[in-house]
Amino acid sequence: MSWFQFATRHRASIASLVVLVFPLVMPFTALAVNILIYGLYALGFNLVYGYLGLLSFGHAALFGTGAYLCGIAIVHFALPWYAAIALGILGGLLMAALIGVLAIRTRGIYFAMVTMALSQCVYYLFYQAVDWTGGENGLRGINVRVIDIFGIKLNFINPLTRYYVIAAFVIAAFFVLSRILASPFGAVIEAVRENETRAKASGYDATVTRLITFVLSGGFCGLAGALQALHLSIVPIEILHYDTSGVVVMIALLGGMGTFFGPMIGAAAFLLLENLVSVWTVHWQLIVGAVFMICVLFFPAGIWGTLISRGKP
Amino acid sequence: MAGLSLDLIALQLFAGLALGAIYVLFAIGLSLIFGMLTVVNFAHGAFYMVGAYVGVYILMLGGDFWICLIAVPLLVGLFGVAVERVLIRPLYGRGIDYPLLLTFGLSYVMVEFVRIAFGKTGFPFDTPEILQGAVNIGVGYFPLYRLFVIGATATVLLALWLFLEKTSFGLIIRAGARDPQIVRVLGVDVARVWLIVFGIGTAIAGFAGLLAAPLQGVIPEMGGTILAEAFVVTVVGGMGSIGGAVLAGLLVGVVVSMTSLFAPEMAKVSIFALMAVVLIIRPQGFFGRAGLMS
Repeated sequence: MSWFQFATRHRASIASLVVLVFPLVMPFTALAVNILIYGLYALGFNLVYGYLGLLSFGHAALFGTGAYLCGIAIVHFALPWYAAIALGILGGLLMAALIGVLAIRTRGIYFAMVTMALSQCVYYLFYQAVDWTGGENGLRGINVRVIDIFGIKLNFINPLTRYYVIAAFVIAAFFVLSRILASPFGAVIEAVRENETRAKASGYDATVTRLITFVLSGGFCGLAGALQALHLSIVPIEILHYDTSGVVVMIALLGGMGTFFGPMIGAAAFLLLENLVSVWTVHWQLIVGAVFMICVLFFPAGIWGTLISRGKP
Repeated sequence: MAGLSLDLIALQLFAGLALGAIYVLFAIGLSLIFGMLTVVNFAHGAFYMVGAYVGVYILMLGGDFWICLIAVPLLVGLFGVAVERVLIRPLYGRGIDYPLLLTFGLSYVMVEFVRIAFGKTGFPFDTPEILQGAVNIGVGYFPLYRLFVIGATATVLLALWLFLEKTSFGLIIRAGARDPQIVRVLGVDVARVWLIVFGIGTAIAGFAGLLAAPLQGVIPEMGGTILAEAFVVTVVGGMGSIGGAVLAGLLVGVVVSMTSLFAPEMAKVSIFALMAVVLIIRPQGFFGRAGLMS
């Protein structure tokens, strides 16, 4: 058994182990938390782009809806943290269903355009619902200080505790995603990407597969958004901006689309790069954009994709 | 409702046409490039923004608006040609997503470059003196500059139509959009045609940015918003169809303008609602060929 087969079989466990030791090698825990959250966001995005083969430019709507619903649950309804996270996931699922129903009527390049336009629409809707979302100022006051699990009180202010609370959700997401991909349905997702006609001829409904996959992706992104809301204790309106959709495309491509470890590696690489560059210039978008272009031109398989293309038999 | 007379509605309709004219210019460039190169230019908004900034720079150097009208499309178009030659050409044949992703990265670089060169805050852009004021168009007074925008757009459309329909080069472009393989077999250098089409598309985007500058001011982020709205126009009109882009552009302009008269807070959302309706009823858009979407 080559290392590649071993890594594929135990992908969720390996990813979880890495996540558990990760803060020990990182200079700041805050950055490690960001990498976790954006990695999870990219994991959800990768399900649609990498495994299903549809390029979405509207994932900010899914991530942002998760964040806003989690925040609204805490600020306006004073719900406990776990209910807020559940609402965030639900929000991501519902928003994905709404956008998905419209967007999967189109294919290929149109899918990118329609998802982007619809997420822009979501941006305006949340922007205008000032009473609920705080509009331009963002939703403030999502103060969760203590995470209470069956009577055990964890101090969420402590950076390391916060990291491990969030990591628990990310690890759960690893196992769920790995299970989905290993299931017969996971095989159908890739079959639809590889050859739609053949998948249809085998009796699978390509449209329904696309919609379900998009909705599942919304669940992962909604969870990532909810965790982001708890982490930042504010939901800025920029979370729904087109840039948030773009960032996840960059992360997924940088890490290696359609690979299990790619999104996490991409998030780590992207955020470390952003962090390093912004130390010596405020114009980090210039460097990030240029690195992305170089990636598209010369390393379209991304970091992890390039590595495994050597490890594959 | 005495305030809401027919005249007011007619005036608002004209305002919608002026706004729509900008969408039309933006979307035909996008459509032209897609129709020929099957590249969705995500940097189209950035070219639009650069057009406005080139205008600002020419005015700083002491030029006037009329010089801008000639120089801006020329310079932006040349820049577009360089981009196609250096960055996009290596990606042909590598899948339809890659040029899209590349132009997306490029838009970040272009916006950041403009921020470095001109600052983050943006500029007001004065309407040229001769075009200030309003004229009576029968139903009331209408800003002269907006009338000029409609006229300039019509001129560009007419020129483009004559170029595509009446010149032999236009014939090659139309043939190339239909079947590049055959055109290549007939001995035409298709790569050169694509280069020129990308140049024309981006030149029109720069021109649109310049025309929009006096209406909304000039900021580095001005291209992002219109890009999403232009995608609505292309989806509604049918991708790759120039006629569709014109009709849908004007329609979107009028819809925005009318909703801002009756329900101002819904103005931005209305065009996306329009897109949703079109996607449900006719997914390929007004003039799109059925099946092209899939």
